[in-house]
Amino acid sequence: MAFQMLLNFFLAFLWMFFKTSFTPAAFVVGYFWGLVILFIFRSYFPYRFYLHRVWAVIKLFFLFIKELVLSNITVLKLVLKPKVNIKPGIFALPTDLQKDWEIMLLGNLITLTPGTLTVDVSDDNKVLYIHAVHIDDVKDSVDSIKNTFEKAIMEVSR
Amino acid sequence: MTEIYEVIIGLFIIIGALISIVATIGAIRFPDVYTRNHAISKSTTLGVLMILLGALFYFMFFEGQFNSRIVLTMLFIFMTAPVSGHLIGRAAYNSGVKLAQQSVTDELARDRKKVKQSKSI
Repeated sequence: MAFQMLLNFFLAFLWMFFKTSFTPAAFVVGYFWGLVILFIFRSYFPYRFYLHRVWAVIKLFFLFIKELVLSNITVLKLVLKPKVNIKPGIFALPTDLQKDWEIMLLGNLITLTPGTLTVDVSDDNKVLYIHAVHIDDVKDSVDSIKNTFEKAIMEVSR
Repeated sequence: MTEIYEVIIGLFIIIGALISIVATIGAIRFPDVYTRNHAISKSTTLGVLMILLGALFYFMFFEGQFNSRIVLTMLFIFMTAPVSGHLIGRAAYNSGVKLAQQSVTDELARDRKKVKQSKSI
């Protein structure tokens, strides 16, 4: 990914030198044409075309914003109920992610969405322990995180 | 046109303030450290975010400049808030703070016991 991006920057600067105009607009145009060239030659790179990954990052970001707002509303509802009848608890989330930064990202995203908080990571980096404000069913909670965040992160790192 | 901007900016800031208030109420009403940690460290993220968005729109519409420092503030809040939340929870658990009585599961205690047993054998 880094190599393709560097190549794209190089093509953009090349375009600027060809046009002899060193404005940001020329850079943007050059970057676009560089992107087109990279797209045409995408099958010759060892890794997939890097815009896929950029797109996955954008999708992850919007998924996160959606989850942030939705779960905030859930927690606000719990707080404002006349009787606080919550069922907190710590559940284990076995994760398929392997690299350190993926697990860090998953833990941080879980902690940022209200209602769930990463308390601990097991020594072998395979299980995340998550404290949740309200657990109806442990399996449901695990599945909901697995299907949203973990899937989106895998999409990025694949 | 100015009125519309004023209403939008006001809405953002009021919603942000409301979320912060509810988070504080939650800190009083919830039973133990972990649940209070939820109420404070997270809902404030969205509350502060809303207030900052209001400030950003104010500078954009009335002063005519895109204030990049506010965007940076948002970024740093997103980077630091989960770390502090995680550390508070972890420190509380490791120093032996018990979960509230309503708690339904504690799989971390179960798994730690297992590890201890396997080590002693």
